Amino acid sequence: MTKITDTKVPAGPLAEKWSNYKATAKLVSPNNRKKFEVIVVGTGLAGASAAASLAEMGYNVKSFCFQDSARRAHSVAAQGGVNAAKNYRNDGDNVYRMFYDTIKGGDFRSREANTYRLAECSASLIDQAVAQGVPFGREYGGYLRNRSFGGVQVSRTFYARGQTGQQLLLGSYQALLRQQKKGKVKLYTRHEMLDLVLIDGKARGIIARNLDTGEIERYAANTVVLATGGFGKIYYLSTLAMGCNASAIWRAHKKGAYMANPSWTQIHPTCLPQSGEYQSKLTLMSESLRNDGRIWVPEAKSETRPPGEIPEEERDYYLERKYPSFGNLAPRDIASRAAKEQIDLGKGIGPLKNAVYLDFSKAIEENGKDIIAERYGNLFTMYRKITGIDAYKEPMKISPAAHFSMGGLWVDYELMTSIPGLFAIGEANFSDHGANRLGANSLLQACVDGYFVLPYTLQNYIGNETDRSTPPIDHPAFAEAEDKVNRQMERFLSCKGKRTAEDFHKILGRELYDKCGLLRTKKGLEEAIQNIRRIRKEFEEDLMVPGDAKEVNSELEKAGRVADYMELAELMCIDALEREESCGAHFRAEHQTGEGEARRDDENFSYSAAWEWTGNISAPNLKKEPLIFETVTPTIRSYK
Amino acid sequence: MIWFIKNSVTRKNLMALTGLFLSFFLIVHLAGNLQLLLPEVQAKLQYNAYSQFLGGNPLVILISFVLYACIILHTVDAIYLGIKRKKANGVSCSKDKRGRASTWYSRHMMALGIIVFVFLVIHFKDYWYRYKFGELPLDENGNKDLYTLVIVSFEQLWYVILYVIAIVALGYHLLHGVFSAHRSIGLYHPVYNSIIKVLGIIFALVITIGYIIIPIFIYINHQT
Amino acid sequence: MKIILKIWRQKNRQDKGEFCDYVLEDVTRDMSFLEMLDMLNNKLVKQGDRAVEFDHDCREGICGQCGVMINGIAHGSLKNTTTCQLHMREFKDGDTIYVEPFKASAFPVVRDLKVDRSSLDHIIVSGGYVSVDTGQAPEANNIPVTYEEAESAFDAAACIGCGACVASCKNSSAALFTGAKITHLARLPQGEKETASRTMAMVDQMEQENFGHCSNTEACQVECPENISVLTIARMNYEYNRAKILFKK
Repeated sequence: MTKITDTKVPAGPLAEKWSNYKATAKLVSPNNRKKFEVIVVGTGLAGASAAASLAEMGYNVKSFCFQDSARRAHSVAAQGGVNAAKNYRNDGDNVYRMFYDTIKGGDFRSREANTYRLAECSASLIDQAVAQGVPFGREYGGYLRNRSFGGVQVSRTFYARGQTGQQLLLGSYQALLRQQKKGKVKLYTRHEMLDLVLIDGKARGIIARNLDTGEIERYAANTVVLATGGFGKIYYLSTLAMGCNASAIWRAHKKGAYMANPSWTQIHPTCLPQSGEYQSKLTLMSESLRNDGRIWVPEAKSETRPPGEIPEEERDYYLERKYPSFGNLAPRDIASRAAKEQIDLGKGIGPLKNAVYLDFSKAIEENGKDIIAERYGNLFTMYRKITGIDAYKEPMKISPAAHFSMGGLWVDYELMTSIPGLFAIGEANFSDHGANRLGANSLLQACVDGYFVLPYTLQNYIGNETDRSTPPIDHPAFAEAEDKVNRQMERFLSCKGKRTAEDFHKILGRELYDKCGLLRTKKGLEEAIQNIRRIRKEFEEDLMVPGDAKEVNSELEKAGRVADYMELAELMCIDALEREESCGAHFRAEHQTGEGEARRDDENFSYSAAWEWTGNISAPNLKKEPLIFETVTPTIRSYK
Repeated sequence: MIWFIKNSVTRKNLMALTGLFLSFFLIVHLAGNLQLLLPEVQAKLQYNAYSQFLGGNPLVILISFVLYACIILHTVDAIYLGIKRKKANGVSCSKDKRGRASTWYSRHMMALGIIVFVFLVIHFKDYWYRYKFGELPLDENGNKDLYTLVIVSFEQLWYVILYVIAIVALGYHLLHGVFSAHRSIGLYHPVYNSIIKVLGIIFALVITIGYIIIPIFIYINHQT
Repeated sequence: MKIILKIWRQKNRQDKGEFCDYVLEDVTRDMSFLEMLDMLNNKLVKQGDRAVEFDHDCREGICGQCGVMINGIAHGSLKNTTTCQLHMREFKDGDTIYVEPFKASAFPVVRDLKVDRSSLDHIIVSGGYVSVDTGQAPEANNIPVTYEEAESAFDAAACIGCGACVASCKNSSAALFTGAKITHLARLPQGEKETASRTMAMVDQMEQENFGHCSNTEACQVECPENISVLTIARMNYEYNRAKILFKK
């Protein structure tokens, strides 16, 4: 067990670190920039904004995504909003407060300097997005509107109805395509990265599969940026898109990049409950609904009356009861756990007793239906489309579902992984959110990483590089990586078992959700590790993938992704087992207070766990990055 | 020249402008034709004098050339757009229910247009050609007697039926065409659009009823 | 619930393609349409047959990746709904469902129900953006945008780029898609500056991608998952004509 000491956090007071960094970072002259190739994998908010910004600076960018258009990356699905410390509402907001809210929301498990930078760059993001034509909500006079979000007491969330992610993504997608027109970005849609290529220990290229033809292709560059998002889909039932996967970061991990805190997965409290075995996803309903919706369960277990017939005094508004000062706006991990607690007590509602009510009747009574419709109209419509129920008339049924990966590739202050030349940005990295992400911070992080941080830090890396050439794609390292990829696909195709990749994914997801989800125990995690190993073995022996590798073959794509999940799942359990404390989304039953709240152990666990691949899935090497708090003092996180 | 227009917006502009001019002409033409409904003696003299006046006025002659041009451009443009459409469609669906989302006449402007065009050919041949180039007897005032020609033709039931069918087709063509033309040239304001939509319906109704009344009135009046 | 499926199978762009029949017995009402296809694929793969290829990703109606013709209607019989949001409760026991890819020259079939919609991206590439680099932006509140402007820009910006407008159009026109982007940016002071050149470029690009013309049948708005107004098309026409008449290079 070793310690990570060099996080490249610059010297100086917290508030000056980023300015200091920018003032001293290496530059590359405009004439030279066109000599460098950058590969950006992923075209979500982080990937598209990074690719566009780097291309604007003059670098040659190759941008990859597995979707059929860059505009479809899963950032598109974020609903609620994006935070920024603009203090337009004159309610006492500022960069420090936003930083503090974020680091407290993350249960003091994030790197101070990164989190501060996130808050510091937030205001510029709003400026940038507005300039790109993002139609944020406005007041009648023409100024930007805000709303409040879980875990904070100011209104700093900017939003574009319930489709903020889509609108921000369209902004960066358009910026990306603008660079494509200028010839600075070459876009490879329907391409999936299958391996990272290292030359002399540095990231110098990728192997990608053209999903339309099945061809395996080689791409070389000076640096590689991974912006491939989170891996919450590992739970199978999640709020993520069907195609979201861990393959890019996992394969980078197997090439030497550390994975940090992989078990920290945010379980989102307001999703639509599962209604049957066949279900493929749990749709998220924006957290903003909690601004006006009140969450409750019936007092009586096994209540059978419809919600409208349950009188006020027989309802338990448990969030308002337990957390009077934040009430329904308690942070996500707390709201999710509280819901699980009620469901486990047998007070769950719905046919499978797996949900709680989110009630708008009071808000409709106070504000009128029109105001509520204006704020959440599209969410109510979506709810009706999926469930067939009119939420203006009866409360929504919601339940927690896997949502966001706080963990991911370990990166230093420059967002570079432990492999030189390999950067990870957005949800793919681990850095800014600690053990729990606050609502409306994920769009922010993706954008800040891509627009405002990476362009400086990547340039600093390139400026310091002595080898300025792009490696040839016939370098043996490419051949070796390609060969490995081909062999793996061959294995899938020749297995000819009886079960589909999706079957395995469902079993794995269930196992993880039960034992490495909202509530974790030592015993459960140890069992899970055994079970995962068994499932993985079955997967290797009993998988069925029809068809061929040299054609469109979505079953083959799925098999590759599930294979990576099989390995990552074990690391998640190992990570959760190792951390003998409760913090944020990581709740170990052994470590709770008398009132059932999380009990952190700052003495022993104030570190980020970065795992190094050893070649043996079951025996990864732990490297600890101690969390040094120079400015804030970790306190007990209370939202009472 | 239509083959030189490089994009569909301009092509649709041409369609719209020629269409709107033709619609305007329909009003003038209807106003003239309504004279046929006057008492017979008066109608005959007035209608023939009116025709004589139109034939002799240089301004009207000039406008008539614009009219011919509009008919030709409208038709050729439609044919060209039809070809482009086939190309854009590619292989179409085997099971096609796309029609549920729009009105049938908006989807079949081409078919309606063909009916109107065929009718126009007959119409031109029977009246315009014979008036311009044929031998017609003169009336009491010495004007060519177009009136009697019209009356005689509308005494035949088949001719009236043909006329009515063509006018109904024209009516539907207008029902979609008038408001669609305004959209094509860029009227995007929602309020004005609803006004145009209503005016378009009224216009189509007035034109259809106005033109249909004439042959039916004549046919019934001359059944002895 | 028993469902009889007639699904379009096509091996690649060149293949002629044909309908194949499948029967599913245990479909439930709460299943989404795509989950029903998952069920079919699970069954097919276990028999060693090729799965039906179809596009899908977010399954919550926002990414725009899914989209097939269901019984001859883009995204199926529900109006203003994506394929992934269509649930089996809209069908009856014993129903026969025809499933075909979106069809238009500009959307060549990749395999089975997957089509290539990159032509829509090309339209955006030609000018569907505001020319602003990272870092150039002024303070966001410097240019007020009235509530009405922002809302109407949003109405147009909500387009998810699924291509249902093209598939529903008898002329295979992309006018609604293009009009929506032009209107979105023309409504905002930030985007309005470049309206003339943007509109001309995007309209020309539509032509090059082999999309048809708009004859204002308004079918696109009915099938559009975001209910984008057909008036955006009129706005495009207006901006185009205005640019042609007034724009000085």
